[in-house]
Parts: sequence; C-alpha cells; structure tokens
Amino acid sequence: METEVKLMKGNEALAEAAIQAKCDAYFGYPITPQSEVLEYLAREMPGRYGIPLQAESEVAAINMIYGAAGAGGRVMTSSSSPGISLMQEGISYIAAAELPCLLVNVNRGGPGLGTIQPSQGDYFQSVKGGGHGDYHLIVLAPSSVQEMADFVFLGFELADKYRNPVLILSDGAIGQMMEKVTFPQHEIVKPQKPWATTGKSPYKERNIITSLHIQPEKMEEVNLRLTEKYKKISENEIRYEEIQTEDAEYLLVAYGLSARISHKVVELAREKGIKAGLLRPISLYPYPYDVINKLADKVKHILTVELNAGQMIEDVRLAVNGKVPVSHYGRMGGIIPGPDEILKNLETYIK
Amino acid sequence: MQEETLINKEISEDAKTEQVCIEEEYELVYERPYTLVDRHMHYCPGCAHSTVHKLLMEVVQELDIQDKTVGVAPVGCSVFAYDYLDIDMQEAAHGRATAVATGIKRILPHRYVFTYQGDGDLAAIGTAETIHTINRGENITIIFINNAVYGMTSGQMAPTTLSGMKTTTSPYGRDTKTMGHPLKIGNLIAQLPGAFYVTRTAVNSPLNVRKTKKALLNAFKYQQLDKGTSFVEVVGNCPSNWKMTPLQTQDFLTNEMLKVYPLGDIKLPAPEDLVNLDIEEGVV
Repeated sequence: METEVKLMKGNEALAEAAIQAKCDAYFGYPITPQSEVLEYLAREMPGRYGIPLQAESEVAAINMIYGAAGAGGRVMTSSSSPGISLMQEGISYIAAAELPCLLVNVNRGGPGLGTIQPSQGDYFQSVKGGGHGDYHLIVLAPSSVQEMADFVFLGFELADKYRNPVLILSDGAIGQMMEKVTFPQHEIVKPQKPWATTGKSPYKERNIITSLHIQPEKMEEVNLRLTEKYKKISENEIRYEEIQTEDAEYLLVAYGLSARISHKVVELAREKGIKAGLLRPISLYPYPYDVINKLADKVKHILTVELNAGQMIEDVRLAVNGKVPVSHYGRMGGIIPGPDEILKNLETYIK
Repeated sequence: MQEETLINKEISEDAKTEQVCIEEEYELVYERPYTLVDRHMHYCPGCAHSTVHKLLMEVVQELDIQDKTVGVAPVGCSVFAYDYLDIDMQEAAHGRATAVATGIKRILPHRYVFTYQGDGDLAAIGTAETIHTINRGENITIIFINNAVYGMTSGQMAPTTLSGMKTTTSPYGRDTKTMGHPLKIGNLIAQLPGAFYVTRTAVNSPLNVRKTKKALLNAFKYQQLDKGTSFVEVVGNCPSNWKMTPLQTQDFLTNEMLKVYPLGDIKLPAPEDLVNLDIEEGVV
C-alpha cells in the first residue's frame, strides 16, 4: 500500500504521530507557537486513540505526566520555552524516577516572556540539565516536518528502552511551517512495565515510584545507576547527518532550523568553489563528540550556526579540543538569518 | 545456671498454658490490617498521621482493594507514607499530588486512587492543583491532614495556621493583616461542582476516630460512582512543632483548632446519587 503524502504543519504532524504511536494520554497547556499540538489532539484523540487533557498549568501538566507514566501509560506533553521552564522541576523528578515519556519543546525566543518567534535559545536547558540534579534527557532535534512526525515514534521507543524522558527540541519555525509528510505504518510495540503502579497483587512486592532517597549511600547508588544508563545511551544512541563532509575544508555544525539554512549555505559555498560541509547533530544528547573530533582533523575552520548567542558551540569546542578554530554565527530575537548572511560570515574565516 | 534454666523452662511452660487459655477464651477482635507494613513509623509520638494511616489501610483491607489501589504521597511529614502502606504508591513533587493522581486515574480509571497531603502541600504550594483537580471532578479521594503547621521542615507557618498562633516564621503570632488568614480550603473547594463529598473529621477521640474511618470508607466507595472528587479533611495535631505534649495538643485541638475548623460534613452527595451503593451510616 502506498503511503499517502500529506501537507501538514510541524506541530500537527507531531500530534498525528502521537496518535499513531498509540500515545495513551496527552497533558498540555496552551502556549504559542505550539498550541496546535493540544488543539489537534483535543480534536483527534477522542474516538481514535488516547486521552487529551488541558491542564491548569505546565506545572500540573508535567506532574500529570509523572503520574500517568508511573501508572504505565505511554504519555506526552508539549510546550514552548517559558512553559518548559515551568516544567523543569517535574522533569527532574521524572528523570530521577526513570519514567518513560515524551516531552516536546517548540523553542521560542527568550529569556523571559521573550517572543513567539523561533529560537534555539533553550539548547543549554535541554542538554545540560534544565532542572536540578545530575540527570540527562535524550534530546532529538528535528529539522523538518517529516522529522517532527518520525521522532515521535523514535522518542517513545527510546523512552521505553531506557526508562528515560525523551525531549524533542524543535522551534517555532519547524512547528509552524507546512511541508509534505508521510506516516508509514509503524509497528507499535509497548513493552510490559512491571515496575508501574497499577495495584499491588498478593504475589509481588509493592511498586513505589519515588525520587526520594534520604540515605546518602542509597542516593549515590541511584546516581551511579543513572550515570551508567547515560553512558549506555551515549554509546548507542548518537544520531547525526553528514552533508558533503568527505572533502570539506570548512565545516558548519548546526541542528534543527539552523541546519536547514546551513545546508543551503554549503550549496552556495560549493558554487563559489569553497569546500564547505555540514555536520547536523540529530541527537543533541547524546552529542556526536567523536564524529566532530574526527572531522576536526580534516578541516581548517568550524563554524557553528545557532539561533542563539552561542550555546552548542561549547560542545563543539569540547569535541574539537583545540584542533582547529571554532567560531559562532547566530541571530536572536526570533530573527532567522538567510544563507547569504551566513556565507558572508563563513568567508571572513577563509584565508 | 541449671537452676535458672529450670526456672525459665517453668515460666515458658506457664506462658504456653496461658497462651492456650487466651486462644480458648478470647476471640480476636482487633489486629494490624495486613495492608499496613509491620514496622516502626517515623512519626512523632501522639501524631495523628499514624492513626490516619492505620484507618486508611483498614479501609483498603475491608474493601478488599489492595490490588486495585494506588496512592500518592506528598512532600511533608507523610512523604514516607509509602514505607508503611502496603500498596502501590507514587511520591509526588511538593504540592502536585492531585496532578499526579489525575495522571494515574486517567490511565487506570478502574483503580482506587487517593492522595494523602498536608496543609502546606495541599493548601499553599499545591492550591492550584487542588482546586483544578476537584473542579474537573477527578474521581479520586483526597485525604487532607490539617495540623496548621509545616511539620517536616520544623514548624513554620502554614496557610492553615490559626490567627495569633506562634510558629518559627510567625514568632510573634500570625498577624492576619500581614500574613493572611487561616485558609479554610475544605469550605472553599466544597463550592466546586466537581466536589462530590467534603467532610472534616478528627482523630482526637475514639468516637472521632470511628467517624474518620467511616468518612474514609465512604470516600473510597464513592469512586465506584465516578461522580466527582471526595475530600476528607482530618484536623490533626503536631506535638513537636506546637511544642506541647500529645495530651496538651488534644486540648489545643479541641479548644482552638476546632473553633476555626469545625467538624462535620461540608458537602454531602445527593441521596439519588447513592442509590445501590452500600454506604456506611451512623457509627455509634
């Protein structure tokens, strides 16, 4: 059977994928530029699959996720930057209690109430913690409407595989733009969750979902177990895309929306005879440090392109470890740079 | 040595005989519910928590719903409730117990879901969740222990602290002009259409203990109806932070607390809602 091609907004494609991935419940709160997710699911879930619930706040929504994930449900929430900030306490609890769930941030400009326009200013918050304590989310960065849909399936799968929250870090442009998207049949496998609080049968010990470990030795044991898990995730789940890196002398590193634009920059540069290439991290945690480190052996300069003041550049520098110069080009406030503008900046590093 | 052993043996034989007598002459009328874990509680002597825990687990035992019950513990003194209650439980972030319970109930609509929260958790940091959960009429039971003080953090002012009451953060007494008034959250949420049953009890006398048990039993049974939220407020005490002996707290509770938080039903289900439900009537 041929898969139907649809024209959809990124947010709607993501929401549709959630239903097809058999998401049991969605808890959300309206915020621009991602309200379409809640609207779509409020309209489409009843009668198809899953329960949509509009919470009284993002704080409530993320704690509903905690409860529902702890009860064994496949659950999801979405929001945009200020709302995601409100969720951070809950996300830390969810990571600590190892509850699988899918979180979506359609990144808008900040800090503060900021702007409703696209931004990548939440990179640090997404990959370095956000909430308190030692934990990591698995972070996936889509750069197309198709990936908004695809990463829902992947996200749920990874969340269940590692009992870890997964964050799709999108932005206002990817969420709002319309593109072709297909929904190939996915085989939806929901694993058994014997740890979930579904009621204690007489034949087993009670299940307790908690992030409280008041004994230092016990807390450290949990910390070490989490660290071990993150190590395993780093070994197995690094995802990235390389575009014309084989012979590249100048490497752009960009994710999400910036990667789309940077792809065009590579094309324009090649037309001018500049051997440019692009490395697009798809998983922002775990981050493709080794790949960038190896590319650094071959290139003269690395330019990170981000819609922020320079955040991912820190990870690129960690990866490059001083081998070649790394510089940053970015715009903020919801302004999206054009390819020409970025190319012009790249050319300043070409001797 | 030998003599001592002999005496011990005699005593033990006596004890055996006595044991037999007890078994023959007396009927077992009370024991720890099997749903309550057999271990020492961390609660202070005289605190209401241990009594309410026991009543709660008696209810789960009597309704035979151990395998169908999921509880939510708060942040506060009862943060470790799951150490004592032999049922599946989740530990919520401070104030978010009813949001967590909402998530559980939406995934498991046929389980009995309850939260167990103190006044700081339910009526200060979690007020929004409390009101909106009840406004949605979530089919859960909320057990609210109101002892007018933050217990676990050692006696700070709570939203329910009485006017003039001294705490570590109202050292000169709660001045309602600058610190707000004792929040009667039970009365407040009873106004919401989603509140199915709201009652206020105490465990300061054998009679009130029995009334609390009845309230809890009904509050759980009402989940079979899916008509809204049941809310049982238990006016509790805090010997450690009220800086009183357990007996003195009983006087303070009777003479001061119950004046502000009078006992009794605040909202009762309509009789037609209770057709076919075997509810607990009078207790004495």
